[in-house]
Amino acid sequence: MNFFLFQIFPYIAISVFILGSILRFDRDPYSWRSKSSQILRKKQLIIGSVLFHLGILVIIAGHLVGLLTPIAIFDALGISHGAKQILAMTAGGIAGIFCLIGLVILLHRRLSDPRIRANSSFADIAILFLLLAQLLLGLLTITVSMNHLDGHEMVKFMNWAQHIVTFRGGADEFLTDVAIVFKLHITLGLFILFIWPFSRLVHVFSAPIGFVMRPYQIVRKRES
Amino acid sequence: MKIRAQIGMVLNLDKCIGCHTCSVTCKNVWTSREGMEYAWFNNVETKPGIGFPKDWENQDKWNGGWHRGANGKIRPKQGGRWRILAKIFGNPDMPEIDDYYEPFTFDYDHLQKSRESKAQPTARPRSLITGERMDKIKWGPNWEEILGTEFEHRRKDYNFKEMEEEIYGEFENTFMMYLPRLCEHCLNPACVASCPSGSIYKREEDGVVLVDQDKCRGWRMCVSGCPYKKIYYNWKSGKAEKCTLCYPRLENGEPTVCSETCVGRIRYLGVMLYDADRIEEAASTANEEDLYEAQCDIFLNPHDPEVIAQARKDGIAENWIIGAQESPIYKMAMEWKVALPLHPEYRTLPMVWYIPPLSPIQSAVEAGKLKTDGIMPDIDSLRIPVKYLANLLTAGKEEPVVRALKRMMAMRHFMRASLIEGKPDIKILDEVGLTEDLVKDMYKIMALANYEDRYVIPTGHREETIDAYGQSGACGFSFGNGCSRHSNSDLDLFENPKNWRGRSASGKDNRINTLFTQGKISTSRDSSATGGGCGSGSCSCN
Repeated sequence: MNFFLFQIFPYIAISVFILGSILRFDRDPYSWRSKSSQILRKKQLIIGSVLFHLGILVIIAGHLVGLLTPIAIFDALGISHGAKQILAMTAGGIAGIFCLIGLVILLHRRLSDPRIRANSSFADIAILFLLLAQLLLGLLTITVSMNHLDGHEMVKFMNWAQHIVTFRGGADEFLTDVAIVFKLHITLGLFILFIWPFSRLVHVFSAPIGFVMRPYQIVRKRES
Repeated sequence: MKIRAQIGMVLNLDKCIGCHTCSVTCKNVWTSREGMEYAWFNNVETKPGIGFPKDWENQDKWNGGWHRGANGKIRPKQGGRWRILAKIFGNPDMPEIDDYYEPFTFDYDHLQKSRESKAQPTARPRSLITGERMDKIKWGPNWEEILGTEFEHRRKDYNFKEMEEEIYGEFENTFMMYLPRLCEHCLNPACVASCPSGSIYKREEDGVVLVDQDKCRGWRMCVSGCPYKKIYYNWKSGKAEKCTLCYPRLENGEPTVCSETCVGRIRYLGVMLYDADRIEEAASTANEEDLYEAQCDIFLNPHDPEVIAQARKDGIAENWIIGAQESPIYKMAMEWKVALPLHPEYRTLPMVWYIPPLSPIQSAVEAGKLKTDGIMPDIDSLRIPVKYLANLLTAGKEEPVVRALKRMMAMRHFMRASLIEGKPDIKILDEVGLTEDLVKDMYKIMALANYEDRYVIPTGHREETIDAYGQSGACGFSFGNGCSRHSNSDLDLFENPKNWRGRSASGKDNRINTLFTQGKISTSRDSSATGGGCGSGSCSCN
């Protein structure tokens, strides 16, 4: 089970995540959008959406940097594992609270507003619950981490993630004896990647960074 | 100088009878779909009024259009690029559906299926968003029809700026006019500039502004960017849609649906040549009152040999140059100066222009001791205040409006004198700076308004851009993946709404049917042949 969840499933999830997204982008670009419901009800959306997005962006950036930066780099910079863990817990905790408040507001809005409810697909509601569960699990791990502040547990996750992305075997062995809440958090995280291409989450790929570089006006020939 | 061609439109408000045929035919063709019921690519407003959506002209509230900074540069009023990105999680300037109206239908079924009762059965309203019953319809696409609301509402009309609007609340001084509105297909579109994904673009060949439906990600900045509020967010598909100027018809030399079906024959379509290198300069003109002239300055005279030579060099087809020379738009906007832009102060350089309406002399009492300016009645005694029209059409500058109104009056007087009294009166033409030939041409185009004079539309040149042979048997318009329909299973993997037509979330028949007949519920999810822009694959418009 451990082997499947942390050695096999990551590859399945990441493959579906990447290939599914490419397939959708290529085959069904019309369905690729953020699916904003702001026009139906502005109330609650702006505050909820801003808190949620800012929080989750910090969290995602933290996970990517924290898990995938080679341990040697931290050592070379003289950042101790303990200090890095405290930093991760604090930054992640604060961003997590922001994200949680936003998410709860958005979930409340989606479920209680008749206009939004009537125009929510199963996926729209399910993804909010999944993110909520994942966020709560993530915040719960902070309480577990309190018990071992020296960073040695954290290094296990870094090793696991770095083994996975570099296609090395034995990644699952790093996670055999970590607390169950971590295992749940990782499994659910991989599951979210797994369903990503089939949900509105694809809009994340379209973050319009290029906009800041672009001239204001666009003129296109009919066939270009 | 970089010459580009643009299909422009002029609406002669003097002849608009407010019948809404343009709106209804447009809706039946383009927006009779779920998610777009509330959207009217073309709508007709009664002015004065706050319009559709509510108060759209008030850019202090909506932040549409452009803002000229202290450094003389322009940027979208809702913010520069970084500012727009900062608003992406929640757009504070975007209208809510209630600013348009909550789309509704009626329980027509009940009229047929009601049991016998003492009272007449009624068809009660039902929301098209939630499928729930609505107690009361509070606003609609044409709520202010023929001054239908209280003066307290319509006094908020933005065009009363710098006017004593109270006096127009008195019955004796009341005035009204119709204003049909559609996308302006601006030379300096704020929607294009606001789009984070770069999906909106202006077509080089004819200037039509379109949304590439495959590139649109639904960031909804264009909705707030457009000062005319003529980009609509499809709440079902999550994409922006807008007036396409019926480009498939234009490419075949046919007028738009709204123009074709206009019973008052008020609409004109034709080519304008302009200098694309000077767009930004014109839009950045310091004084708002000068924007109208600045826009006229970048239009080019299609009879000028230099312009013709440069146009050929810039790849403009010969039939388009001829089209520009015969264009009724050029005549009305540039030669006769009777057509004026709508709200040039938004700095978008709009390309749907309006001939201001004449109106009756103020009151019967005053008519006895009418002030006259030579032969013509004083423009100030017209029922619609000149200042109001100027606020609407020339950023408050009254001279161009007065000139246009005087020329139209002079045309009437001259033609009446020559046709009825048999004594052409050249003197009045001199007063307004017209010649006999010009006025006869004006009469032919503006009063008689024959079909071929109203619409001078050169056909597009598909043959230059694509190999048409490969297009044979293709599927024409489509959203997304060419001819293939979306999934056949109930569970569409990529979460396409399976109710493209026919059903709401509540399972009720949900089509917008402006004829108010009851259709059968369709389970087809054929989403082709709809909306602005077009899909990838075999689509040929972009």
